[in-house]
Amino acid sequence: MKRLPLAALMAAFFVFLLWFVAVRQAALLLVGIGMGAALAGMRFGFTTGWRQLVETRDPKGVVGQLLLLGVAATLCMPLLGAFPELHAALGPPSVSLLIGAFIFGLTMQIADGCGSGTLYKAGLGVPLNMGILPLFALGSFAGSAHLDRWLALGQVEPVGLVANWGAGTALAVTWTLLLATGITVRLFAGWQRDWLEKRWVQGALVLAVLAALNLVIAGQPWGVVYGFGLWGAKLAQATGLFDPATNPFWSQPGNTQRLAQTLLLDVTSITNIGILCGALWVAAGKTPDASKPLTGRQWAVGLVAGFVMGYSARLAFGCNVGAMLSGISTGSLHGWIWVPMAFAGTLIGLRVRRYFGF
Amino acid sequence: MAATLTPSRLRRAVFWALLFAFIAWDLQRSPAIDLWREPPLIAAGSGQVSAGGHCSMAK
Repeated sequence: MKRLPLAALMAAFFVFLLWFVAVRQAALLLVGIGMGAALAGMRFGFTTGWRQLVETRDPKGVVGQLLLLGVAATLCMPLLGAFPELHAALGPPSVSLLIGAFIFGLTMQIADGCGSGTLYKAGLGVPLNMGILPLFALGSFAGSAHLDRWLALGQVEPVGLVANWGAGTALAVTWTLLLATGITVRLFAGWQRDWLEKRWVQGALVLAVLAALNLVIAGQPWGVVYGFGLWGAKLAQATGLFDPATNPFWSQPGNTQRLAQTLLLDVTSITNIGILCGALWVAAGKTPDASKPLTGRQWAVGLVAGFVMGYSARLAFGCNVGAMLSGISTGSLHGWIWVPMAFAGTLIGLRVRRYFGF
Repeated sequence: MAATLTPSRLRRAVFWALLFAFIAWDLQRSPAIDLWREPPLIAAGSGQVSAGGHCSMAK
């Protein structure tokens, strides 16, 4: 489809949300479309950036991500300090987080896309990611349904840097840690390498602004995985095989309410739909990339990885967006635990990826 | 001239049709939206704490 009729369809959906759902949801759709267009248009892939660093010592993607985290934190932390109704992405440091982040980092390399990556690549029409998306949703649902058992293995209360130290100190600590990470990356990659690439820098700046807008409008940071889990829970409930009233996670009042109402009222669902639309708009009118078709075995491995990625994202209290970007930029300790665990998983995932010939 | 239906276009069409069908099915089975209890357009400064779900939540 050409871009003009597609833009007209998106405008119609925007007006529908504006008139029949909520002005906030219509605004969040636009934010989501911007995120999808930025992710797809600038090929801002968290998974790819990590892979390029490990395999070719190319630091440009990771530096772009560090820039994104720094700018997003600079925008979000003062907002959190000034407006008490906004909340940070606070996940509990726990055994569940350690295991979940490791498995997530492993599987995202096999599935060739994290939460946002799966969304924007599905929007671009990449066959494997379109196939993975529903399985990611079912995995997210299964992970949320089992979350109480994983948390029983050990957890402490979430730690929020802004709430504990104030926005200024939290931001200074965050920038210090980001700079330390940047220096470590530079030491690993070598001083002679190019550090910045236009698309990564532009993507970082645009995504940081949109992440801050998400916080201002929705009152909560950008997330991806909760929406997927909600979609999976709705499907599971409809089959009659799942009773949310008997589940510790889905019987919580907020989750029960969101399960009962239309997904068009859910914050994360609407930005997820927006990301798909934004990526579709980028793909419209372009010739699809001629990628090598996958074998049956690669399809099977990729789809299983997608399901496990969804499951582990719930255990890890978010993906690269919900835990890493939103966690770190809003001062959650769990974001800083998530990154090294997911990176360790990625080191294994890259070997698995090579073994299956992706 | 009509566009050719390549396998790539067919896959995309099926994907979006399924997504649209899922949203429509969910909208149809959900209670009507109460427009009088609409959330604030901008949460910051509204005085209303966000009640949305997020993947960082343990509950």
